[in-house]
Amino acid sequence: MIEARGLTKDYGEKRAVDGLSFTVQPGIVTGFLGPNGSGKSTTMRLILGLDAPTRGDATVNGRHYRDHPAPLSEVGALLEARSVHTGRSAYNHLLALAQTHGYPKRRVLEMIDLVGLHEVARKRAGTFSLGMGQRLGIAAALLGDPKTVLLDEPVNGLDPEGIHWIRNLLKGLAAEGKTVFVSSHLMSEMALTADHLIVIGRGKLIADTSVDDFVASASERVVLVRSPDLTRLRDALAGPGVAFTDGERSALEVHGLTAEQVGDAAAAAGIALHELTPQQASLEEAFMDLTRDEVEFGAQPEKVVA
Amino acid sequence: MSTAAPTIPKLEAPGRVTFPRVVLAEWTKFRSVRSTAWTLGVGILLTILFPILFATVTSSHWGQMSAHERASRSPLDIALAGVFVAQLAIAVLGVLVISAEYSTGSIRSTFTAVPKRLPVLWAKLVDYAVVSFVVLVPAVLVSFFSSQAILARHDILQVSFTAPGVARCMVGGALYVAMVGVFALALGAIVRNTAGGIATFAGIFFVIPPLMNLLPSSWNNAISQYLPSDAGQQIFALKHASHTLTPLAGGVVFAGYCAAAIAIAAFLLCRRDV
Repeated sequence: MIEARGLTKDYGEKRAVDGLSFTVQPGIVTGFLGPNGSGKSTTMRLILGLDAPTRGDATVNGRHYRDHPAPLSEVGALLEARSVHTGRSAYNHLLALAQTHGYPKRRVLEMIDLVGLHEVARKRAGTFSLGMGQRLGIAAALLGDPKTVLLDEPVNGLDPEGIHWIRNLLKGLAAEGKTVFVSSHLMSEMALTADHLIVIGRGKLIADTSVDDFVASASERVVLVRSPDLTRLRDALAGPGVAFTDGERSALEVHGLTAEQVGDAAAAAGIALHELTPQQASLEEAFMDLTRDEVEFGAQPEKVVA
Repeated sequence: MSTAAPTIPKLEAPGRVTFPRVVLAEWTKFRSVRSTAWTLGVGILLTILFPILFATVTSSHWGQMSAHERASRSPLDIALAGVFVAQLAIAVLGVLVISAEYSTGSIRSTFTAVPKRLPVLWAKLVDYAVVSFVVLVPAVLVSFFSSQAILARHDILQVSFTAPGVARCMVGGALYVAMVGVFALALGAIVRNTAGGIATFAGIFFVIPPLMNLLPSSWNNAISQYLPSDAGQQIFALKHASHTLTPLAGGVVFAGYCAAAIAIAAFLLCRRDV
């Protein structure tokens, strides 16, 4: 379990993390979502004690990270920035980490096999591709069989097979009862992996919600309908909180009603429908709506395209 | 990497961080990068080659030297000539031991495994001081006996290893270089940058001392003996003048500089963000 209370971090004049409070529960995958530069990596460094908070506090399993006698068995962390000496082999990198806790060499070999790096384990890490570097980072994170796993953008640089592997890994870890905290700037990735979402923008908490609620609220808002008689359909659907956007040709986007409500209303009025589609794609759009004001280096809002 | 749901093998024993384990881990890191072998190799080579070179040149020019010049030759100066060059190699490696962790980002892994941080600094200092001392002692002994062998024809340049002060000078030369390594490591931890660390070291050890000659000699004599380089080098000096410290006093002063650098490094290591 990870608990952040009023976590705040200033770098000079700039506030990177601003009064964040949240709890990451064990047994589920919690997605940590936010645009680039929103403070996700900083928050993770604060949890690990690599950076000291300006104000507030973060604890892991009830204690500050640095106060655990076996830190690698409490938290396994994969940071976004490279954290390996380029001149050292993957094997020796993992061995040195293992030796700080007295883990045997066999443990290092198990981890190398787990992430599939045995063929390159003796090569210098500087020669690794981005994907191989990620696998090495994941091997390091899992070395101490940690109760809590903290992964910063773990699918970066991985091929589709690797991405699939990571998703299964995260779900498997959560199923074992571990706390899994994964950051991403991609809503679609989180929708596939996470059970719970913590969304931040400009260092502030925007949402702390289950993925199901988030998806429900996002995808049921917009329904695409196609009908030969759009004028009558508009009249039949019109009501408080309902809005329309003209789509291409004979299509209409209905805001504020579910697909079921639109279909029922059309049937009651005897209007033929040629298409009725809840807009699942608007998940990413909903995330962008949520964080639009918080994107630091974003395009002009009116130019943002889902 | 198969796509099947992976299972993490369980740890057989829980494990925990202890200082001896951090020392072992730092040793693994130290021996597993190429810069270690290269820099130590160069350090050893220079420690041995320079005395051989100077002994050979001295021996071949002996006939052309004036009596005064011959009297000014010291066999120990020749035997320890390499130490002055080796200290640069050892200092560079000392800086690298910590600065490379910052330049490559591996310091984040290091401090994630040992978040209390200070054990890492102590372990690096212990490993590095022991290694540079253990490597330098045989190098200095080889340079002593080989330069003595080259100078065998010249009785005035022969000195017994058991003569007063000789063994102390040899071990002192190795000790001085090990302390230089410690000082440089602390500088590396303070500056956190390879180029900056090496430049700071070179400034303190190679730039400031000759600048002191621009001062009036009474000032120079009063001040220079307390510089880290001058004080430290008394550890392996056979004779001392009125304006130099004794070997023990020099060693204590230099150890004081090392302790101060380590204290600043330790303070900053705990205070700064990684």
